[in-house]
Amino acid sequence: MSDTLKQNVGQQFGRLPATPADRKVEGRASREEVLDFFEARFGIGPAVFEPYTFWEKGKGKIWIFAADVPTPIRIEGLGMTVLRTRQEHWKPTHSAVQRFGHHATENVVDLSADEAARFAQGEDQPLPAWDGDWGYLIATHELAGSRVPVGVGLYLYGELRSTVPKGNQETLAVL
Amino acid sequence: MNPLERYAPLVADREAFFAACERPLPSVVRVNTINATPERAKQALDEEGVGYEPVDWNAQLLRLDERGPGTSWPYFHGWLHGQEEVSALPAIALDPQPGENVWDSCAAPGSKTTQLSAMMDDTGIVVGNDNNLGRLSALRHNAERLGVTNLAVTKQDGRNFSLKPFGFEAFDRAIVDAPCSCEGTIRKNPDTLDQWTLNHVHSVAAIQKGILSRAIQATKPGGTVVYSTCTFAPEENEAVVDHVLETEACEVVEFDCPLESVPGVTEWEDETYDERVEKTHRIYPHLNDTGGFYCAKLEVTA
Repeated sequence: MSDTLKQNVGQQFGRLPATPADRKVEGRASREEVLDFFEARFGIGPAVFEPYTFWEKGKGKIWIFAADVPTPIRIEGLGMTVLRTRQEHWKPTHSAVQRFGHHATENVVDLSADEAARFAQGEDQPLPAWDGDWGYLIATHELAGSRVPVGVGLYLYGELRSTVPKGNQETLAVL
Repeated sequence: MNPLERYAPLVADREAFFAACERPLPSVVRVNTINATPERAKQALDEEGVGYEPVDWNAQLLRLDERGPGTSWPYFHGWLHGQEEVSALPAIALDPQPGENVWDSCAAPGSKTTQLSAMMDDTGIVVGNDNNLGRLSALRHNAERLGVTNLAVTKQDGRNFSLKPFGFEAFDRAIVDAPCSCEGTIRKNPDTLDQWTLNHVHSVAAIQKGILSRAIQATKPGGTVVYSTCTFAPEENEAVVDHVLETEACEVVEFDCPLESVPGVTEWEDETYDERVEKTHRIYPHLNDTGGFYCAKLEVTA
């Protein structure tokens, strides 16, 4: 079938198809798969994303938008980046986790004050206490009376790698 | 000559005006209500021992005691955004509602744009336009950091902006926070007057007229357009509003300015302006201990 599918065009946003069966662009994730990913990996239910549309610009770079516009659309930005689907393991973006991560119930790791400060700086660190899944985790800490996502960590071989983007990394107080 | 001297005749208290222009600006942050309530943000600042003073006219603005906002946990989480107090005014004058389609013609770096998104509960569409790719990248970065999902970013010349990509005919509201001579930012950028020339005032005024005209044309009848600058130059303020009153279907409307202001001027050098510009607002630095600003609210009539 893939010979009948169009190639992704990097300079424009294309709305994700509803399901894999509706796919018209090669390799493009569907809305259903995106919602399944967030539910299966982090326990974030599809209702959270019900008001939003999902878009691809750049291969495997998925954006979330609060409204809807005609597809394809050639503009500079549409909502917020939410997910990378290019690799085998999909990776939620830092901004997506800061915005929606508080809904997560699975693969969430609570960091101590010291660990959270190191994570925000972009440091990798051993995490002996974690005995859950490997892969992408939502790292949180305690602030102003609640559990707040600090970012996305990649947990491998007993180590938590911070994926906080360089432009967001910050040296912060150990609270 | 110090360009500020040019505006001294417009100011009632000359000494207070010059003294305020010399003082550095307080460091102010806006609570990003997409991610946190003011109470939560204040609690986080308390936990970190960062001192602040709430701004009396707006619950979402906090004056920080010392450092800039960049190095605190609530800033890292996108709960706070550094934004000059007076620059929160045009979005408040615009009063955008959830679900509307709003155009921000000169959006980068995005303080006002993201404020619009927050006021709309991050629903509807804010089209944030700018004509400079570097500045657009700052806009995109700020919007991502603040968790904004209702922003569509375009790179067009605001003077002939096309809505074609969006599939709707007109905006509900538009904001033109125009490029200007920026004397009002003197307290933030002390060298801003070094490049000041009268020629620039006149050339940028032509651009302002073009963008504001387009904003009025691109907004529905009954819709609101806000025009703002950070300059004291009447050529870039009242003269621009005077121009669109003559050439476009619009009317100046009053708005409740939460900061102390003085009315727009109707006479400047050899020019006289439509009396309706007296309903627009001039804000001098000494009036509220802020930067200098100009803000006009217009209604589209046809």
